[in-house]
Amino acid sequence: MSLWRQIARGLRGLVDRSAPDRDVADEVAHYLAEAAAAHEAGGLSPEAARRAARLDLGGAVQVREAVRGSGWEAAVETFASDLRYAVRGLRRSPGFAAVAVLTLALGIGATTAIFSAVYPILLAPLPYPGADRLVMISDVGAGGAPLDVAYGTFRELAARSRTFDALAVTDAWQPALTGLAEPERITGQRVSAGYFRVLGVAPAAGRDFDAADDQPQGPKVAIVSDGLARRRFGGAAAVLGRTLLLDGTSYTVIGVMPPGFENVLTPAAEVWAPRQYRALAPFESAEWGHHMRMVARLRRGMSRDQAARDVAAVTRSPIPDFPRPPWAALKQGLGVHSLQHDVVRGARPVLLAVLGAVLLVLTIASVNVTSLLLARGARRRGEFALRVALGAPRRRLVRQLLTESLTLAALGGVVAMAVAFAGVRALVAVAPAELPRAAAIRLDAPVFVFALGVTALVGLAVGLVPAFGASRDDPQAEIQRGSRRAVGRHGSGRATLVVAEVALALVLLVGAGLLLRSLARLFAVAPGFDASHVLTMQVGAAGSGLARDSDRIQFYTQVLEAVRAVPGVTAAAFTNQLPLSGDFDGYGIVFASVPPGGANDYGSAMRYAVSPGYLETMRIPLRRGRLLNAGDVTGGPEAVLINESFARRVFRGRDPIGERVRAGPEIATPDRPWGVVVGVVGDVRQTSLALDAPDAFYVPASRWPWVDNVQSLVVRTSGDAASLAPAVRQVIWSVNRDQPITRVATMDALVARSAAQLRFALTVFEAFALAAVLLAALGIYGVLAGSVAERTREIGIREALGATGGSIVALVVRQGLALTGLGVVIGLAVAVVASRAIAALLFGVSPLDPVTYAGVITVLAAAAVAASGVPAWRAARVDPASTLRTE
Amino acid sequence: MDQPNTDVIQGTLDLLILKTLSLQPLHGFGIARRIEQISRGTFKVNPGSLLTALQRLERAGWLDAAWRQTENARRARYYTLTRSGRRQLEAETADWTRRAAAVARLLEAEG
Repeated sequence: MSLWRQIARGLRGLVDRSAPDRDVADEVAHYLAEAAAAHEAGGLSPEAARRAARLDLGGAVQVREAVRGSGWEAAVETFASDLRYAVRGLRRSPGFAAVAVLTLALGIGATTAIFSAVYPILLAPLPYPGADRLVMISDVGAGGAPLDVAYGTFRELAARSRTFDALAVTDAWQPALTGLAEPERITGQRVSAGYFRVLGVAPAAGRDFDAADDQPQGPKVAIVSDGLARRRFGGAAAVLGRTLLLDGTSYTVIGVMPPGFENVLTPAAEVWAPRQYRALAPFESAEWGHHMRMVARLRRGMSRDQAARDVAAVTRSPIPDFPRPPWAALKQGLGVHSLQHDVVRGARPVLLAVLGAVLLVLTIASVNVTSLLLARGARRRGEFALRVALGAPRRRLVRQLLTESLTLAALGGVVAMAVAFAGVRALVAVAPAELPRAAAIRLDAPVFVFALGVTALVGLAVGLVPAFGASRDDPQAEIQRGSRRAVGRHGSGRATLVVAEVALALVLLVGAGLLLRSLARLFAVAPGFDASHVLTMQVGAAGSGLARDSDRIQFYTQVLEAVRAVPGVTAAAFTNQLPLSGDFDGYGIVFASVPPGGANDYGSAMRYAVSPGYLETMRIPLRRGRLLNAGDVTGGPEAVLINESFARRVFRGRDPIGERVRAGPEIATPDRPWGVVVGVVGDVRQTSLALDAPDAFYVPASRWPWVDNVQSLVVRTSGDAASLAPAVRQVIWSVNRDQPITRVATMDALVARSAAQLRFALTVFEAFALAAVLLAALGIYGVLAGSVAERTREIGIREALGATGGSIVALVVRQGLALTGLGVVIGLAVAVVASRAIAALLFGVSPLDPVTYAGVITVLAAAAVAASGVPAWRAARVDPASTLRTE
Repeated sequence: MDQPNTDVIQGTLDLLILKTLSLQPLHGFGIARRIEQISRGTFKVNPGSLLTALQRLERAGWLDAAWRQTENARRARYYTLTRSGRRQLEAETADWTRRAAAVARLLEAEG
């Protein structure tokens, strides 16, 4: 009731100012009348009685004001009048307002855009119920690096651990979807039955997998994403119960995931099917390969430490029910990490670096606007002094100035939303493909709240210094001084700010410079093959007529013949994995003369199952022995090539040619025939230009225990590689109409993409560093222009005394360079510390790289000279006679 | 300068107003005079504080206000205690009694 009354009265007061005013005035008047009457009754003359009454009351106006100011609406009114005043002030100087608003909009907008990526990836929990209870469990490889687990390890842990609600394993699956209008290769996952239960998300339509689905001879069932259902079948209802032809096998769709389902382990996955592995499999079977990712959900109330202890207890005590092969003996235990950590690990350094960069930009923008406000404050000192002299409390003045800066920030914040909107789109466009949760980057409620907070903070921050500076002034001195020559003292404040801007800009420039040098170093790395004029694409071989290994060999051979006949093609070959494409396929390898000692000797090397001619097509150099030839395809002992650093490490100077070797899943099978090392070839960077070439071996695809049903075609062309893609695709389809062709890319593009993260960081840093240098230059210009205007008289006198134009220019430029120099010195100290934050992104460049620092200082000096130019020119044109006359 | 202090004890003005109005509806000046009379001149109410307080108490819903004719034919704003005002008066009275008793005990304490 009383709250309602408060609100109602306040609103009425705001809407109609005069009604409550009149009430108060009448009441005060009545009080005066009664008091006077009382005094008169006490024996005073009417005149004296009235004076006494007024004395009692102590000023009718003050009482009226006090009564009126007691409600909440009074505060609103003060604010409204401050706001009106602020807006009027800004409209009177549109140039200042535009520059300040745009500067803030850029700073706030860029920060908001970056935050929209940082928030979902680094800060927000994963989009699953109880996401903090999700963990990733990994085996521990050589040197403590995390390694995928074997299916047997999952089975043992699922049976023996006590701290998990559910565990699941998954591996990659890229089936060809056929039987529809166009064949398509889609991304999917093979999963154990509990996969979706671990994530805590159930299909929106149909049912989840259950244990009966995940048996070696279980039903062929699949769950599809809402996206796939819509894209190819017209919705969830239409696809449920339908049969999909995946790699030529019929799968019944039993479930459709909800529309918003985000699958962080494989974001592109559109189809899931049960793994259907055997519970007890021989060691040499696929079940024991390190190729599965294991996720688990902690029991409620269990911490990750408890789970880690539980898992360690299991790994330390093998039991006969769960035999372990030497390569999955879990001697070094298992790693238990939070899923969130695991998913975002790769993106963290680059995101933090970019966030740091944008905060620097925001700071520079704020400093710039502070500086503008100081300059404006200096011009308005006469006005402030007058208001103080007329009785405005200083508190009121501070409030007024803060309202002005907050108004600026609010306007900036509104424009910033447009900047942020464009920024988010640009960010998603330039983001490296491997950025996790990229789909969650958008302007949503948390991001808006953040933007609001930043806007308010910036509004206060840029206003505080000028506000308190202005309120400290002595009104008398200011009014006496007059407004025109009162710039000097505040000039020094602005100079300080400019020094700060230069220092911050230097830090950003150093970051951009180091990244630029890293990228150059990275591209100077020889990948181990000749990437120019090479077209690549993935070609599938699945479905009816291609079930047997021999069918697929025949298909790929026919494709090669057809492709080699295309005009412009000089060579072509197939490989199961392509360097720098994201492929990663490792198998164990043993040499007869090198005794296996310890689990690490079973560690894997990259397997390249290739058609003869692959090494020639890629121009991977031969170091010793010979390459693979047509004779190796069918007869004789299996011919194997190994790469040179592998050979050096294992044979230590001994000639590896002729060594007996076994590679692949059956290396432990005693009666398997030995192959022979026939050649040593150059190292090839497989996963990234930045990582050393891994151990690798090459075998003829036909001699591997199976023939892969997805292989990469590499085509060397005489002309432009990309332009041959349609012709090559056509001839492949002329061999078999039903095979999907995917990942069409030139080798050059793959090489460029392998530096995508670095390039992304560089793009962002370059843009921000450019903005920072411009803002700093603007700051230098502003201070010098102000200083020249202020020193017009001094300059006039100097010229009258014989100073040349050149010396005047030098005077101004020297001032600009002095500011810059101080900023550079401070910035260098900061950069030396701050550059360590991006050390993880650098390649082949020290964070203290002298070339970068020298370059950055040159750039800043050039910017400073340029910014000094206009004021210097203006100073040199000062006419001494007219200047002195005006004084 | 040894005039006795006639300021209303801080924080008690609301209580005095509510109590005065519980006897009969009054206008501002009437309230001031009544407080002065009953306290035998101990308290002189500052008109500014009084009018502000009346505004606040009315806002809080403890008083109703209406313009009426006084006995000497002036228009005045009369204040009446509302039901919630009466409850507030009881609460404040109890509170004051408790605190005054405590102060008295402290002052009477010996040794």
